[in-house]
Amino acid sequence: MAIVRDIMPAFELFQPATTDDAVGLLAKYGRDAWVMGGGLDTFDWLKDRIKRPSVVVDLSQVNDLTGIRPMGGGLEIGALTTLTEIVRNPVVKEKFGLLHQAAELVASPQIRNQGTIGGNVSQDARCWYYRGGWKCYRAGGNICFADTPSAINREHAILDADRCVAVNPSDTAPALIALEAQMVIRNRKGERVVEAEDYFIGPATDITRMTILKPGDLLTAIRIPDKWAGATFYFEKVRDRQVWDFPLVNVASAAVYSGGNIERIRIAVNGVAAHPVRLKAVEDAVRGKPRNAATADMAGQLAIQGAEPLRYNGYKVPLLRNLVKRSIRGVEEATWAS
Amino acid sequence: MAAKIDNQLPKHPPYKLIGKNYTTPDLIAKVTGRAKYAEDYRADGMLFAKLLLSPVPHGHVRNIDASEALKMPGVKAILTVDDMPKPADAMTDLGQRIPANPLGERGLTNDPVYQGEPILAVCAVDELTAVEAIEKIKLDIERLPHAVDPLVSLRPGGPNARVEGNVWMRPTAAPGQPAPPPKVAEVKWTDADFAEYKDGKLPMGKATDPEWSYGDVEAGLKNAALVLDETFVTPNTSHQTLETRTAMAYWQNGKVYVHCSTQSTAQTAPAIARWLGLVDDKGQPDISKVVVISEYTGGGFGSKITSSIAAIIPCILSKKVGAPVMMRISREEEHFIGRARPSLHGRLKVGFTKEGRITAVDMFVVMDNGPYDPQGDANQSGRMLSLMYQPPAMRWRGITVLTNTPPRLSQSQPGGFQGIALMEPILAKASRKLGVDQVAIHRVNAPVGKAPIGPPGPNGKRLYVTSAYVQEALDRGIEQFQWEKRKAMPKKSGSKARGIGVATSCFVGGSIGFDGLCVIKPDGKVYIQSGIGNLGTASVSDCHRVTAEMLGVPWEKCEITWGSTAKNLPWSCPSGGSQTTHAHTRAAYAVALDAKDKLTQIAAKDLGGKPEDYEVANERVFHKGGGRGMTLAQAAKRAVELGGIYDGHELPKGINKMTVASAQALAGQGLVAVARDTMPRDGQTHSYVAGFAEVEVDLETGKYRILDFLAVADVGTIIHPRALGGQVLGRSMLGIGHAIGQKWVYDQHYGLPLAKRFHHNKPPTILDAPEKMEWAALDIPDPETPIGARGIGEPPVGAGCMAIVNALSDALGDEIFRRAPVTADVILASLEAGKPATEGLTAHI
Repeated sequence: MAIVRDIMPAFELFQPATTDDAVGLLAKYGRDAWVMGGGLDTFDWLKDRIKRPSVVVDLSQVNDLTGIRPMGGGLEIGALTTLTEIVRNPVVKEKFGLLHQAAELVASPQIRNQGTIGGNVSQDARCWYYRGGWKCYRAGGNICFADTPSAINREHAILDADRCVAVNPSDTAPALIALEAQMVIRNRKGERVVEAEDYFIGPATDITRMTILKPGDLLTAIRIPDKWAGATFYFEKVRDRQVWDFPLVNVASAAVYSGGNIERIRIAVNGVAAHPVRLKAVEDAVRGKPRNAATADMAGQLAIQGAEPLRYNGYKVPLLRNLVKRSIRGVEEATWAS
Repeated sequence: MAAKIDNQLPKHPPYKLIGKNYTTPDLIAKVTGRAKYAEDYRADGMLFAKLLLSPVPHGHVRNIDASEALKMPGVKAILTVDDMPKPADAMTDLGQRIPANPLGERGLTNDPVYQGEPILAVCAVDELTAVEAIEKIKLDIERLPHAVDPLVSLRPGGPNARVEGNVWMRPTAAPGQPAPPPKVAEVKWTDADFAEYKDGKLPMGKATDPEWSYGDVEAGLKNAALVLDETFVTPNTSHQTLETRTAMAYWQNGKVYVHCSTQSTAQTAPAIARWLGLVDDKGQPDISKVVVISEYTGGGFGSKITSSIAAIIPCILSKKVGAPVMMRISREEEHFIGRARPSLHGRLKVGFTKEGRITAVDMFVVMDNGPYDPQGDANQSGRMLSLMYQPPAMRWRGITVLTNTPPRLSQSQPGGFQGIALMEPILAKASRKLGVDQVAIHRVNAPVGKAPIGPPGPNGKRLYVTSAYVQEALDRGIEQFQWEKRKAMPKKSGSKARGIGVATSCFVGGSIGFDGLCVIKPDGKVYIQSGIGNLGTASVSDCHRVTAEMLGVPWEKCEITWGSTAKNLPWSCPSGGSQTTHAHTRAAYAVALDAKDKLTQIAAKDLGGKPEDYEVANERVFHKGGGRGMTLAQAAKRAVELGGIYDGHELPKGINKMTVASAQALAGQGLVAVARDTMPRDGQTHSYVAGFAEVEVDLETGKYRILDFLAVADVGTIIHPRALGGQVLGRSMLGIGHAIGQKWVYDQHYGLPLAKRFHHNKPPTILDAPEKMEWAALDIPDPETPIGARGIGEPPVGAGCMAIVNALSDALGDEIFRRAPVTADVILASLEAGKPATEGLTAHI
């Protein structure tokens, strides 16, 4: 079949008004159904005619999937809440500034106005071979084009690769993991709640999916407990352009310091593996240690244990090391004499 | 570095309109969205076309089975290369035939030479139907060996991008004759040639482009205090115009009407005629059969100088189906057919005295030409280098290698940019090695006055430029940028390093010999016809301010007509190579002189005395020293009554046939002023920019911020400050994009592009612009053109790019990068390794 791009193929469109209806449709159409949030990931796939669902379930009319509500001492954020709404929410900014920072660095203002938190954490990999329609492992084939001798893999994985070397591109995902967020998932059988950390999966688990969502499942909300409210947060995203770009690597940390020591800390990074990576070994190693350059350096070195760079992404090793270091110690800013 | 005292520099007289800001006639439509671009037009019964693009980088279509597609309801026609005219010969103004390149593009092909090359077009009632039809077409394609990396192709046994070979051979022209057509041949270098490849040094095997040199290069290098031998690679960058090259066409009464995107309204008509094979009995394009409509163009940068050959696809389809056809070009299609700058791999050996003066340059370049017509960038890189840095001795060698990547075309400062980019890192390095200030080393090598340029001509003499005030631009920059103060600041603090950089840049700044046409009507207004393309530079109206200025007519009483060759436009220059401001301030000057001649003649006829007793000012022609006179409105009325030369019924010789036809159509409406610019010029017109930048690099991430940027332009008399500032900063930004991230990415094994859209090609965003950005212009008139104005579109590119790159090496030293763009990964990996860590010579990474 000749390849032609940029014109969306025909499909059956459903625009349910309630979560129940949405879940019902997903159950009914199963594998044939495509869940659409803000459309940023969806329209790429559809307009390129690479993914061809027969049914699209557009969630934009489901009002009960939007909004930011208090829950316990924390928050529940509807999956359809836009990134702009999250950035502008005063409670998120005040208590969970990590998510505020991460959301504000996603893509561009226009994309944040349209893109949703549910979409941002559930989006597909951005590997340019996979997105270009190459029939790779992730697309159901039997090769990883990004891991061949001629492959250009500057933006690919240095950790946890298993056949596929794509990375998870989400900025909010590591922030949510650091905040110990939980994902609320519904399907026809009912509702279940999973830790954010467990929501994301790597190729070893399922090479064609980025999350645990299976046909029929719908991410309805993200809950942020009060465990890390008001903690010391660090988020940094390194990208090629200052706007409208995915991370080369990002880091999110939430920490509570006491008497100059690290009382408790959670650190997660993204852009280095097919899933956001929680650095549990680093957290364990630095807990109770003084918050200083030595601890930060040790954390950075530990973070890159086991990293395996490809031909063009060796820089991600020092980048990950330095960002993890900074997530503890902060940036050593310049003090230029004027 | 004593600055020249200002009053020693030439000045222009005070003007009322020239040098002043004004509201351009297209502004409101642009900012309100009312402006209609090609894609915004609709015509009754309009059909849509979509393209089937080659899936392979190099192949041969053995068979196209479109039977299933043609059976679909709503599918009207399919167009293949068999429907396309053969490449037509071109004719020069002197009637010399330039034979068509038999290996040139035809718009569609059965022998694709890059992935994404259009093979066929399907026309249907809507785009969805067309696309579904395309998916039903069965292509039988034979895959052929491909090469996307010029050096891979030059290796022993390396693949060829075309069946005929891998290198364009360019025969030289006999004196006074057009050059014979270039030919493709197979050229392979030896393993020994590639010995230094692994060290990141460009191999220098057999060079096939015509070599040139002047002076004693060997002696210059031998006697130098410092000799640097450096390799640098410039990026392939798509033009990335915001408006893709969409076109819509229909036929009426044997004429084709084409709505397209072009840089040059007047010159696109003959281009389309030639591509369509519409030629008269002398072999000249028959412009009476083509109407080009392009009131607004969303950017060209050299990729749409006379629109695009793709525009003939809807023309031919429209004729075939008997209905208007719209062919919208998507962003991905634009990546393939939208043109790009050819990258140059360059290796330069440069000698310096201990004061930093260049003693000799030995330059070698490998051009990644893409698969089609040989580009001029390689040779131009040497020419511009010879002007910008004035080496007393120089040798240039080059080779033009074909690759299976999208076709290349001139892009802002074509070749000039690459020459600057190859040389500037060497100048910056020499400044560090010799302990000479960066600005000082640029100043001591800068062209002054009627400086020589390029190789010697057939008479053994080198050409020279009209003027150059680069030292003055550098002096202005030192002051405005507070160079010395910044230089004294520390280089490192915390996790950050700082650096400052300067770069100088130059390019062609004007052509001559085009026409002006305007009518002073009995309502007292001046109706100015503009054949200049409206490509966003404002020259479509700016140039005509000269006519108003000279006739003493307020701008509000001037009406500009532009954007359609049906509207009686004069022959105008192609808006490329920064020609227009120069060419058309001259044409506007010439037409104003013609108007003045006619006005004073009419006044003398009616009021007595001789024409030279009269002058024109303040909307009147009147007796010098006061007294009798008449308004322009009265004179226009008299011109109609007098007829003949006065109202356009008799036209001067020497004007272009397009201008003749337009003037004939306007004849009788008032005083018709029409003239060709035949004014003398001594030298080649060039413009110059000095760029200054400061960067702060994050040593832990490799990311950097551009804290400040200043561009100082030596561009002659300022015509329109706001538009000039837009060009200086906008084109600096284009160059900065080359420094910070813009590039192509290819998988060499498959020969396929990975970066095809804005997001992956990474043109800079507004947040990537320098945090502070300023421009200045010297406003020194060029002595070889009446108003003194030169073009500016090109030289800011090299200055913008290389000021940033030189600031980076100031901050980080010489062991970080050997190619552009310089991205965070390049910096961080090299800092980590303590040496340049990114592959130096692999193309498209």
